[in-house]
Amino acid sequence: MKDLTVGTLIAVFEEIFGRGLFWAMVGLAAVVTLGYVYVLIRDRKISWHKFLLAQLSMPVGAVLAVWFVLVMTHSELANIGGPVDLIVLLGVAAGGAVGAAILVYTMQSLLWPPAAERS
Amino acid sequence: MTKSIKNPTRRQLFGLAASAGVAAALGAHASASTPVPTKARIVIIGAGAGGTALANRLVRRLEGAEITLLDPRVQHLYQPGLTLVAAGLKPADYVLSQTGDWLPDGVTLIPEKAAAIDPEAKTVATESGQSLAYDFLVVAPGLVLDHDAIEGFSLDMVGQNGIGALYAGPEYAARTWQAASKFTEEGGVGLFTRPETEMKCAGAPLKHTFLIDDIAKRAGNGGKIDVQYAAPQTSLFGVPIVAEKVRMLFGDRGITSHMQHQLQGIDADRRRARFSTPDGSVELDYDYIHVIPPQRAPEVVRQSGLSWADKWTDQGWVECDMASLRHLRYPEIWALGDVAGVPKGKTAASVKWQVPVVEDGLVAAITGTDPTQTYNGYTSCPMITQIGRAMLVEFDYNDNLVPSFPGIIAPLEELWISWLMKEVALKATYNAMLRGRA
Repeated sequence: MKDLTVGTLIAVFEEIFGRGLFWAMVGLAAVVTLGYVYVLIRDRKISWHKFLLAQLSMPVGAVLAVWFVLVMTHSELANIGGPVDLIVLLGVAAGGAVGAAILVYTMQSLLWPPAAERS
Repeated sequence: MTKSIKNPTRRQLFGLAASAGVAAALGAHASASTPVPTKARIVIIGAGAGGTALANRLVRRLEGAEITLLDPRVQHLYQPGLTLVAAGLKPADYVLSQTGDWLPDGVTLIPEKAAAIDPEAKTVATESGQSLAYDFLVVAPGLVLDHDAIEGFSLDMVGQNGIGALYAGPEYAARTWQAASKFTEEGGVGLFTRPETEMKCAGAPLKHTFLIDDIAKRAGNGGKIDVQYAAPQTSLFGVPIVAEKVRMLFGDRGITSHMQHQLQGIDADRRRARFSTPDGSVELDYDYIHVIPPQRAPEVVRQSGLSWADKWTDQGWVECDMASLRHLRYPEIWALGDVAGVPKGKTAASVKWQVPVVEDGLVAAITGTDPTQTYNGYTSCPMITQIGRAMLVEFDYNDNLVPSFPGIIAPLEELWISWLMKEVALKATYNAMLRGRA
């Protein structure tokens, strides 16, 4: 690598996932993040009941994220060859877990706001 | 307009991001000065990786320059992808795009070959007889595959009777896979060769060897194959430490090597290949053979007197300074890419590092200042050792390993992350390079 730029980074992601899928994922992530921020501001507190369900979704998110990356890169778990590979894989899993938790928490909060939860 | 600059902390800063499988990075860019006004006539011979990337950078760097590219090829080839096509991992069109799609506004593409270069009169003649006067010339026509040098071989044979030749282009790479896949299913002796001359990505013959071996073994046919690698050199790779690693991998995989074996010809009917060796002519049987012919500079380069007179005399690479890539006798000429007569640098990764050097030298020549950038021979080879794993080997003129991500991605370790880079990240980086943005 010589000069590594944001433009290169975006081009790389587009190449990996395809332009449409990549930007759709970016849009989805942005929407979920905005939704999460919205419900936090709206509710002004964390619902630990919803948080529990969100936590339960984390392993599912982790597995799905790893599966997705392996499929998109034509590789398999047996290809993990060194510490950096494991770190990358765990990073992918962690990203999937956190993403799933945020998604599930946000969806619950949007569908069942605190008032509905109390009733 | 932006201008890329060197960033000494790049590796540390961006290693982790890149190891996420996407060559992630942040910008190492700084604003450059306003475009240099000039009326210079610049001719670039070749609209491959080097010529296209340079043209894109020059149109941003110069204002008023007359930039002309010469290249008859309608299609642009992403050559690093040929290995993947020849292993059945990508379709042939994976490496194809349109030359015109990469060229910026403000340059003139003449879809012809350069027929003659007169460095004294500073003109280039095209095949149709057009004469182009230049103030500065960049010679980047790529190289020529000398298939005729292999007796009994012709490109028509590729894909049949166990014959492959992936370098010849996407169609031939796909046909190579037809022959190779048959071998991975039926077994037999697989004979993988390389030429004595300088060549494009010297790691490619090894990648093909490793991949076909791996694919056969994954199919459960490991017991039916006998993989052999024959090369005219005395070692398996030009960088000693990498050669030793490859030797060990060959040992682990049960791949036999025949060093100092130069392919002279094949007898397709008998499936025998003839090699010259220090001990005389030797014949080896094969069921699948991968032919890589000698590689030379295009004839126009030699005829124009631009080649080295005392080096690579059978190959004709352009005589140029290995740091500046500037011609040693004609200071208004630079060599770029495959045709450059430097010890290393026939890969897209090399081109990526060479283009800013030529750009810098050319702009400095226009402005009458001293150039500031030099090329250290950097080249990169994501050496695929099996589907899903590769070694990210990077080195320079001195055979030093120069890893982009030291301490994170070990260059001699077979890693998944290096595979990801080759399989999914490199083409995007290459495309960004073509646009002059990487």
